[in-house]
Amino acid sequence: MTARSLSFRSPTPMPGWGLSFGIMITMLSVVVLIPLSVLLWRGFVSFGPGPMWEVVNQPRVWSALALSFRAALVASLFNLVFGVLLAWVLVRYRFPGKRIIDAAVDLPFALPTAVAGIALTTIYAPRGVLGSFILENFGLRIAYTEIGIWIALIFVGLPFVVRTVQPVIEEIDHETEEASATLGASRLRTLTHVVMPMLAPAALTGFALALARSVGEYGSVIFIAGNLPNVTEIAPLLIVIRLEEFDYNGAVAIGIAMLAISFALLLAINLIQIWSRRRMGAV
Amino acid sequence: MTDTLILPSSVPQRPRRHRSATTEPVLIKALLIGLCLVLLTVLLFAPLIAVFDEALQRGWAFALQSLSDPDAQSAIRLTLLVAAITVPLNAAFGIAAAWAITKFDWRGKAWVITLIDLPFSVSPVVTGLLFVLLFGANSALGSWLVANGFPVVFAVPGIVLSTMFITFPFVARELIPVMMEQGRAEEEAALTLGASGWRTFLTVTLPNIRWALLYGVLLCNARAMGEFGAVAVVSGKIRGQTTTMPLMIEMFYNEYLSVAAFTMAGVLALLALVTLTLKSALEWRYADQLAATHRH
Repeated sequence: MTARSLSFRSPTPMPGWGLSFGIMITMLSVVVLIPLSVLLWRGFVSFGPGPMWEVVNQPRVWSALALSFRAALVASLFNLVFGVLLAWVLVRYRFPGKRIIDAAVDLPFALPTAVAGIALTTIYAPRGVLGSFILENFGLRIAYTEIGIWIALIFVGLPFVVRTVQPVIEEIDHETEEASATLGASRLRTLTHVVMPMLAPAALTGFALALARSVGEYGSVIFIAGNLPNVTEIAPLLIVIRLEEFDYNGAVAIGIAMLAISFALLLAINLIQIWSRRRMGAV
Repeated sequence: MTDTLILPSSVPQRPRRHRSATTEPVLIKALLIGLCLVLLTVLLFAPLIAVFDEALQRGWAFALQSLSDPDAQSAIRLTLLVAAITVPLNAAFGIAAAWAITKFDWRGKAWVITLIDLPFSVSPVVTGLLFVLLFGANSALGSWLVANGFPVVFAVPGIVLSTMFITFPFVARELIPVMMEQGRAEEEAALTLGASGWRTFLTVTLPNIRWALLYGVLLCNARAMGEFGAVAVVSGKIRGQTTTMPLMIEMFYNEYLSVAAFTMAGVLALLALVTLTLKSALEWRYADQLAATHRH
């Protein structure tokens, strides 16, 4: 605790502090911080917490918020399992076309959401290629139901878990697994008791990223959702509807509710992660 | 060469392969690979194929003709314009932020990094809402700007701002880990030898981070050209004026102009495929110089 604790920045001969720090703070403020504080000010100061609660506390708003978070959770849980499996297959197994598959996993990052939306709707509509097959064989409608929303959100969140877990699997020593096998553990037991715990923190990070992305997703969902109030109407769509009615306060209230719930979820995931890291030691 | 042809018959039968303790049985492997391929086909490849299949359902000529529609042309121009403004600005931000964060020690760094990541957890629709609140006609600033002939909302500046918000972390996130790992020694050496600050940056730092920078720019560009939710809210969707390619897709689709919608979508899908190809090429050649390929 010497000079460093007294000054904001420790001395260095490195040039460009003023310029780089200035550009960073100015752009961060103009693009992110000022707009976000305007939202919070508008909600909490000019509109007020009481009226905001009244806007949110309506069946249509609750069901939209519940749908958005439920569908995002379902899709992210699916992606958690599928992502770990896919990362494992891509790192450990050899098969033809592996490189192309590996590159294709990032397609949802590169493909615009509106393109994904209309393409998924076309395939999963009752008359679409897969939609008609599933309807005939399982009697299940995909597009224009909540399942359609799951499919769109699974698409959007697919790469996150794969990409966070993959580098961890690459770093796992075969010796750890050998040790477990020599001690008599079956392969399944080695996977569930030795490998999985090593992957858990990274998998959780990917899960959190996928969840944050899919909760607010709009472009890919609105085409496939059907958008029926109280049934398949997601929260971001309700914000758009409020804005089209020039009900800015309503839009602000729902927007703040969405932000609050997603930050609470991310905080919870962070806490789980800290807990699992501590339990596992430094992974 | 002839030896190799004779060899197999003389070589004794390979001993039966015993299974390693650190891998799964072949049958399980095949099942898992199969499961992954089926799911990827149903979730990723089928939609991609559907885009091109729908676009070409009435042939190439019909598809290409839909792109010559004046509204479609203006949407393509607007998307290119927005990306041309957004991507360099965010690249400049990314470089400045990475420099300030990795080359200096100061308090509150962790907070600033968290704030840079913030746009990842904000819904695109809420992003659009932010700029409508700040610059919309019902705000003081917005009405003043409109009165002075510089509308932001329902105009190009609003589209640029909301796209910048959405893609804000991309370049910075890629550069910060790379520059953190590279440290400051090389720059310090250049400075000791008498190089100016700019010269140090251009001849020492930039060559070290160029592939990471390109990688970040690539992802930033893909997202900027494809952004839908935020732009939908802020643009007002004025045909021929504030309609970007993704918004044009929605309009064509809702008007049952299937070929036009999917042709425009096909153009963006091709862009996505080019992005993926370049991205993979960078990952294979310069894996050691990218943050994305060696996290943790």
